[in-house]
Amino acid sequence: MSYLSLSDKDKAEMLARTGAAKIDDLFCCIPEAIQLMRPLDLPPAQSELELVRTIDAVGRKNSYVGHLSFLGGGAYDHFIPTVVDYLSSRGEFVSPYTPYQPEVSQGTLQIIFEFQTLVCQLTGLDIANASLYDGSTGVAEAVLMAHRVTSRDKVVLATSLHPQYREVVRTYIKNLGVTAVEVGFGPEGRIDAAALAKALDDKTAAVVYQSPNFFGVVEDVKALSDAAHGVKALSVAVVAEALSLGLLEAPGRLGADIATGEAQSLGLPLSFGGPYLGFMACKKDYLRQMPGRIAGETKDTEGRRGFVLTLATREQHIRREKATSNICTNQALCALRATIFMETLGKQGLRELAWQNAQKAAYAADRLASIRGVKKKFTGPFFNEFVIELPQPWAKVDAGLKAQGLVGGHGLGTDYRGLENAALVCVTELKTREEIDHLVRTLEEVLR
Amino acid sequence: MYPNEFRYTKDHEWIKLEGDEAVVGITDFAQNQLGDIIYVELPAVGKELAAHQAIGAVESVKSVSDVYAPVAGVVTKVNEALATAADLLNKDPHGQGWIIRIKVKDKKPLDSLFTAGDYEKFLEGLEH
Repeated sequence: MSYLSLSDKDKAEMLARTGAAKIDDLFCCIPEAIQLMRPLDLPPAQSELELVRTIDAVGRKNSYVGHLSFLGGGAYDHFIPTVVDYLSSRGEFVSPYTPYQPEVSQGTLQIIFEFQTLVCQLTGLDIANASLYDGSTGVAEAVLMAHRVTSRDKVVLATSLHPQYREVVRTYIKNLGVTAVEVGFGPEGRIDAAALAKALDDKTAAVVYQSPNFFGVVEDVKALSDAAHGVKALSVAVVAEALSLGLLEAPGRLGADIATGEAQSLGLPLSFGGPYLGFMACKKDYLRQMPGRIAGETKDTEGRRGFVLTLATREQHIRREKATSNICTNQALCALRATIFMETLGKQGLRELAWQNAQKAAYAADRLASIRGVKKKFTGPFFNEFVIELPQPWAKVDAGLKAQGLVGGHGLGTDYRGLENAALVCVTELKTREEIDHLVRTLEEVLR
Repeated sequence: MYPNEFRYTKDHEWIKLEGDEAVVGITDFAQNQLGDIIYVELPAVGKELAAHQAIGAVESVKSVSDVYAPVAGVVTKVNEALATAADLLNKDPHGQGWIIRIKVKDKKPLDSLFTAGDYEKFLEGLEH
């Protein structure tokens, strides 16, 4: 496919064929009152060199780019092997739109099939879709799915579920007659079991919790699933840090009916928030209620192995308003990168990487908690991020750290009342021991 | 082809009265139009259905169609066999491929449905 702009001759030929005198005549069906009637307000065209300078100048407006950052909270800074960039940018995968036609797209369909297989292995569930937009929309889709499966219209959300994921869920259910109630957390940083038991009833479609949750704390997935199943509701496990699945038990093996979340950690750069990669897997029983596309393995007329989209009848392009979801696509390029990332690392590599994250975070948490006045806010086990509590508001400490070239963590006061003195600190494999020690020393100085 | 003891709808369902209950399915014409049926979505037993309310859906390799209740009633039984053998709708649409049994509240609306003769004429009209 070539990208050549139309010449004046091309345009004249096309206009002659359509019978229009000029291009504007093609828009005559749009009422004049809402037509722009003037050229778009854009600066004049620039040369490549000028453009690079302009974009660089815009980029320099970003704050704290050169700072040493310990931010996590749904977006994680991990190492990306060069092979991921190299293979994913090969010409065979370059496409303005995911091609799903089996006769021309066996490579793409095979990648999607492998991605689904890997998601099933990580989550311990039977089937996975070809991916969703991101973690937040994945959770919203899981909520709608539980609503369809159970015909119930109340969902219980953990307050320790990512604040933005909760917002997206509320947006999705706003006009659907589905209500959400929230259940808070205890001193461990885990869901308050007593409050959960009170919130559950025979109208509950699902219990939606994140593990590791927004505080980095690993939830008791089995206990939460048992509680959900006690009222015949679905157990929906959300994983915002997909790398944690390299070390933690798969949610499906602990009773989760649906697992969904964000797979940005697996080979996708931070990129100021996107595009990211939502994933979803569920038990086979709920196959027809799962949103999104599914690639399946089959045989062609000559008996050779091949791949096709399957179960398309659940989808918008066939089932219209009765479709399981209005998502009619997937994040093919991001899923491709995640597949290459996982297949490069392999099972052992993923485990090793996850282990390094857990070890470094544990070291950082212990060192930070050894500073006078600083303590770990929660007692529950954590993966690669944790909450520290300070003797003064985080906003003040944060300003002090930034002045020293450090973004030490994400303040929790904005989203959680009572946690104004607390911050979420994330430590991935990219942080060296020296960098962690540097954070500890600087925080000590700022607090002094 | 179309049994005389059944009544039929414009949406290609058939209904057969048996005492206070009635059996509901889709017609041979409907299964033929849908092609290979791979899944039937069934309602819960005990569900109250208004006339023309969707009972469930029939999924074939190329489309999904809702099935509607020809008359109002309460679901007393669903054809469990369809869970593993949805193709019974293709093989025997007027017999083993029945979909649900309902307890009929009011038998009178049945009179306004097509007889076998009406339905065959209706189909002829569709083909032209």
